[in-house]
Amino acid sequence: MIGKLDDYLRFQETALSLRAQRQQLLASNIANADTPDYKARDIDFSSALQSALAPAGQAPSELAKTSAAHLDAPGTARPGGAPLLYRSVQQGSVDGNTVDMDTERNQFADNAIRYEASLTMISGQIKSLLAAIQG
Amino acid sequence: MSLFDVFNVAGSAMSAQAQRLNTVASNLANADSTTSSTGQPYRAKQVVFSAVPVAGSQASGVKVLEVVEDASPPRMVYDPKNPVADEKGYVAMPNVNVVEEMVNMISASRSYQTNVETMNAAKTMLLKTLTIGQ
Repeated sequence: MIGKLDDYLRFQETALSLRAQRQQLLASNIANADTPDYKARDIDFSSALQSALAPAGQAPSELAKTSAAHLDAPGTARPGGAPLLYRSVQQGSVDGNTVDMDTERNQFADNAIRYEASLTMISGQIKSLLAAIQG
Repeated sequence: MSLFDVFNVAGSAMSAQAQRLNTVASNLANADSTTSSTGQPYRAKQVVFSAVPVAGSQASGVKVLEVVEDASPPRMVYDPKNPVADEKGYVAMPNVNVVEEMVNMISASRSYQTNVETMNAAKTMLLKTLTIGQ
């Protein structure tokens, strides 16, 4: 029974947690808009969601990190198993920064709306579960 | 919870931009300071930003790596009546470029504003998350 409830909510839960991770990536792009040599990063959401929903087992083991400056081992810095990608350059800048503020802010707003859509969906699922339980 | 990291990321960017604004204010305030505690004319200062990784996530915050002094030569102004003028009557004025500083100021305040909005959006998302199932 619990497993069924879990399965019922898993899709939206995974989507929400990936949306939250993507929001964080977009926030760090916006934060680093003036940092020389910073390269804007993002994930391919649909492939991240697909690999996060795929049966576990092939996930690489994570190394314990004792400092924030330690680099991730290859394969660990992957939200939902999808690789972190670099954005292609829209307009080159002299300091090597590839953040395009318009793109980032668009994506940020888009991602926030989709996050709230997922929230509405999961709330609806919980409401219908409650209706089924309480009759 | 990765949404909480947005606060760290945007917060670090806000303090970095605030320090940049501070430097701009200091440069503009000292645009005419011909002497300082070292006896030399004031030199324009610029901040250097650097991305720092946030623990346990793929995101990067911002920090001010160092504050560098502008190495360009001082502006020489002919003013023989000035007490700090050299034997030829020239006064070394600070190498502050007021136009550059104004542009820097606007850029810093816009970036600060964007990061505040980022933080607000994350806050709204978190508050909505707390209402799941209600």
